[in-house]
Order: sequence, then structure tokens, then C-alpha cells
Amino acid sequence: MEAAKEDTQEQYAALKAEGIKSSRDAMLKAIKQNQPAFIEAPSVPAFVPYFDDALQKYMDVLKAIGGRVYLVNNYEEIIQQIEADFAGAKKVVSFEKTFAAIAEMPDATNDPHGFADVDVCITTSPLAVAENGAVWISNKEMPVRVLPFIAQSLVAVIHKNSIVPTMHDAYDIIANEEYAFAIFIAGPSKTADIEQSLVLGAHGPKIMTVFIINE
Amino acid sequence: MQQQTKDHATLAAQFNKNEPRVDWHDETLWWVRTKRDIAAHTLPEWEALRDLASGIKNNVLSNMSAYLAAFEKKAVQNGVNVHWAADAKEHNEIIHTILKRHGINQMVKSKSMLTEECHLNHYLQEHGVEVIDTDLGERIVQLRQEPPSHIVLPAIHLKKEDVSNTFHEHLHTEKGNNDPNFLTAAARQHLREKFLTRRAALTGVNFAIAETGEFVVCTNEGNADMGAHLADVHIASMGFEKIIPLRKHLGVFLRLLTRSATGQPITTYSSHFRRPRKGQEMHIVIVDNGRSTQLGRADFRNSLKCIRCAACFNTCPVYRRSGGHSYHTAIAGPIGSILAPNLDMKQYADLPFASTLCGSCSNVCPVKINIHEQLYKWRQVLGKDGYTGKAKELSMKGMTFTLSHPAVYKTAGKMGRWFIKNVPFVVNNGLNPWYKERDMPEPPKASFGEWYKKNRK
Repeated sequence: MEAAKEDTQEQYAALKAEGIKSSRDAMLKAIKQNQPAFIEAPSVPAFVPYFDDALQKYMDVLKAIGGRVYLVNNYEEIIQQIEADFAGAKKVVSFEKTFAAIAEMPDATNDPHGFADVDVCITTSPLAVAENGAVWISNKEMPVRVLPFIAQSLVAVIHKNSIVPTMHDAYDIIANEEYAFAIFIAGPSKTADIEQSLVLGAHGPKIMTVFIINE
Repeated sequence: MQQQTKDHATLAAQFNKNEPRVDWHDETLWWVRTKRDIAAHTLPEWEALRDLASGIKNNVLSNMSAYLAAFEKKAVQNGVNVHWAADAKEHNEIIHTILKRHGINQMVKSKSMLTEECHLNHYLQEHGVEVIDTDLGERIVQLRQEPPSHIVLPAIHLKKEDVSNTFHEHLHTEKGNNDPNFLTAAARQHLREKFLTRRAALTGVNFAIAETGEFVVCTNEGNADMGAHLADVHIASMGFEKIIPLRKHLGVFLRLLTRSATGQPITTYSSHFRRPRKGQEMHIVIVDNGRSTQLGRADFRNSLKCIRCAACFNTCPVYRRSGGHSYHTAIAGPIGSILAPNLDMKQYADLPFASTLCGSCSNVCPVKINIHEQLYKWRQVLGKDGYTGKAKELSMKGMTFTLSHPAVYKTAGKMGRWFIKNVPFVVNNGLNPWYKERDMPEPPKASFGEWYKKNRK
């Protein structure tokens, strides 16, 4: 057997000799020649969650990964809590009309660099995952992609009944969703690259708060 | 660039000179492995998930060309430019051409082991393009002009004092301030300026979905997103094996990835890139660089299932006590040791021997790659093809002879015991690598054979 480098080169040389010019066609042909006989993909079964109370699990996990979580009854409570937690914030933005009293609604067509001075970004989320504390945010809720990252703090508002137990349940819901960009966000930005010491706020938000509307 | 002349044993010996540092490295990675165990054992379906992931990857390997073609079609429909690179050189040239077209000579980059494999930074630097690595660990090693020593924890070989000194030198932070919070804040400020001023961003790809043409990038820091969402041009580099069939398969892989890597339930950010943002250009570079050859090797193709969690690094007794740099390749550890010989058998002939074959790597692998069996099989291939060196060949031949001749075996054992007891310096000297970092126990008075003969009733 010879070195792979030479094998690949030889294989590509042979394919080029056959008249295949582009790397695309050569790669696809080489891959097809070398891949094993077809094996069916297994189907993903429905796993029974290893916990009963998805709401409690969600709150426990989010706290454990450095997030803040509040169970509230209505939007008034959320506004009061945001005002208390971010009293010093100069620039608070949200695309949600409900927060018009405490946040400005930005122009989504603006240059994203203009959001570098945002202190708090408030967004809604249609889906959250109990097993890992994540919220799902797509360009429908958040038309400015950089905002949940560039803001110093991120606030997400979810409804209790939008919490699903596991990632399988989450992808069952979003399997055919049309989006241009979407994210699962679980807690604040973090790093442990210096001696494995956990530090919150690597490049993104230092604080991640989730409000759960209990209804 | 890495030394090409020094092998794993020589480089490991250098790492082993600082014993307290080695102990710290060993214990810290074992702690990460322990966190992985706790996360894995919390899920009753853990083993079922590993089977599923392995099964999905078997399907991917067997249908690779069709999935790649489907992915390309969808990605193009999504408004993404798709490029194909047969080798590292073509990958680097494609990226340079994109940057040149935009007149860009500065770029931010999030973690991509593929660009390490292709030596992209070095290539672009030679062509007048500055690349800033934005993952904190990668930025630290980049400032020190070192390669990452671990694919998930790039600066795990360093202590906070080292980072403090590096930042003092390059970022002018307070000398002697070793507080990780302070150092991370300094890096945050330093890199925020880069994110806000660079017009191109390169990211890796954790998963590419054939069904939708989207790709997923996972980070804890948010650096991939900060780069991509602020840049005019987003380039994503992927080895072709990153493809998975369906979006819902992400449920399986995202559950396994970080639990295996660090014990977290998921990374902070799992970003699904499908279409460029308005006014932005998005490129995907699909790379072969030897992968199609590996796909053709029945004994070794399973290595292409790897999702780069590094669980096999953290559990490996050899990796933990020899450090990532001793592997002299972009991907160290057990998985790197079965990937590298495919790239170059001669240069990496030492790596399949950097293992005790204990099998722990295979036991923790979330996609069930038979890593230790492949390490063993590479040894056979490399030995047969004459890549293993004369000393190893001779001692192996000697051993084969001794073990297949009972009389010789008995005499050799007796002689060994006599030497160790009476003239230990004959065996315990600088010429015998077995005595490095080791003390031999007192030799027994009799061999098991002699003892058995005497005590048997």
C-alpha cells in the first residue's frame, strides 16, 4: 500500500486522464468509487425522557450552565424585573412591541456594526429544550443575526408550554422549518480556555436571562 | 511549522521534563473525562444514542457522493457558493482567491481543525493576508506561535502564568496578573476590535445537512457568530465527511457532541447557517485532502465518522502524559493517530505506536469508532511496508523467536532476572528506553514456571 497522498493524487490523475477536469467531478467520482456498499440509515426512535417535570428540569439546567431564570405570570412582571436587573443599561433593544416602554425597536436593515453599543437585547423564542437549557431563535424572532451575540446581555422570553424535553422533540418541531439563520442558545457566552477556569462572557453576552411565562 | 524529524517518543520526553506540569495536564484532562462520564451516565439512552450515531454515519459513508451532491444543490439554491478542493493546496488557493476578489487582506477565523490540517494561516500569511484566530485558546497559542495541542482545548498545555506573560507581551496587560477573569476580559476587548473591523470571517463546520443545504457551527464563546454576522464574506471550510442526511439527525449528534467533549449538555451556541444575510456573500469549501482514500480503506474508513469531540484524547493515558504537541500533527490523540498515517505514512509512522492499546478511546467514542483496533491494524500495515524503523523490527523479530521457542524463553527469563538483580546497570541505563521515568521492581527469585513446578502437588 502506498501513502494516501500519492493514492489520492494517482486517483485524481487517472480521473483527469479520463477527461474529468473539475475537482468537483473528480472528488465525487473518487468518493463514489471508494465508498462501501449502501447501508440504510437507522430511524431515530422516540426516547422516553429521563425526567418528568420539563419546566423544573429546564430551570435547573439553565441555572447550572450559568443562566438566570424567572418564572413569571405576565409581561408586566418581566418589564419590572428587566428594569431592576439592568438599571444602568443605556441601550436596550427589542423587536417585540410589548417592550416598547423599555426598549427601542431597531431598524433591521441597519449595518450590524451599529449594534456594538447594545447593552441588553430582548427577544422572544418559540421553543426551549429542558435537557440542556437552550432556547431556539430564528431570523423570524430576531432579524438581526449579530444582536444576540454582540449585546452585553441577552434576555429571552418563552412560554411554559413551549418547553420540550429533549433535542429530539425540538427537531421534530423544527424539522421542516424554513429559516435563513437560526440558533440554539444555552446560557451566557463562556470559555474555560485558561487552565479550565470557567469565565462567563467570552465574546458574547455575559448575562443570559430567560423569562418563562407560566400559563 | 512542526518538526518533521522528531517522533512522538522524543517529543513526549521533552514534555515529560516538567513533571509537575505533566501531572497537572494528566489530572485536568482526567477531570474533563470524569465530567463526560457524569453527563453520559445521566442519559439512560446513552448507548442507544451511540449506536444510532454510528449507524447514521455508516449510512453517510456508504452514500457519501449522493449526499454531497444533494447538499451542494440545496446550498446553491440557498444562495451559497460551493467550492470543491481536492487537497490542502487547492483549499488554500480557493480561500485566497475569494479574499483577493474582495481586496481583503485581514480575516478573523473561528476554530477549524481543517484549516490547521491545510496550514491555511501560514499560506495566507505568505500571501500577505493576516489571519486572527478568535477562539480564546487558539488566540493564545497563535500569539505564542504554537499550534493548538488539543482540538477542543487548544491551550490545555499552558498554565495561567504562561497566558498572563503572553498577554503582557502582546496585549500589554498588567504583568503578573494571572486571574483568568481578567485575562479573558482583556482578550474579549482585543478581539472585539478585530470582529468589528474585519470584512471576512472563516468558520469550520460541525455538521452539514444534505437535506437542507445548511451547516451547523458549535461554539461556547460565540466567536464564530461574532465573526460571521459582522463580515461581508463568510467562508466555511469542511471536510466532506461532515455531512449528515437529515436536520433531525442533529438531535442525535448534538446530544452526544458536548456531553462527550466537556460534559456540557450542549454548547452555548449551535448556529444553523442556511442563507447568507442580505448583502453578505457566503462560501462553503468542501475538502478531500486524502479523505476519499481513507474511505476506500475498509479497515480504516470508520475513522471518518469522527465528530471531533476529543473524548479519546481526554481518556488516553498516553495523550494525557505526553501532550498534544508530541503528536506533531493537527489532530493529536488516538483519533489523530489513525487519521495521520492516511495523510502520510512515512511522516506519521510513529503515531499508531503512541498507544497502550488499552481500548479506552473506543469505549468513550460517541460514534463508536474502533480506534484501538485501527491503531493495531495501522501497526501491521506500517510494519509490513517497512515504515517502522530497524530497531523496532529487530526487537520484534527477536521477541517472536524467543516466544516461539520455549527453551530459549526459559533461559532468557533466567538471564533477565539475574541481570536485574546482580548488575542492574546493564539494563537500567540510558540505552534502554524502558527505564525512562521508571524504576523496576525487585526481580522475583523464581519464574512462575519454576514456582509452579516446585509447589504443584
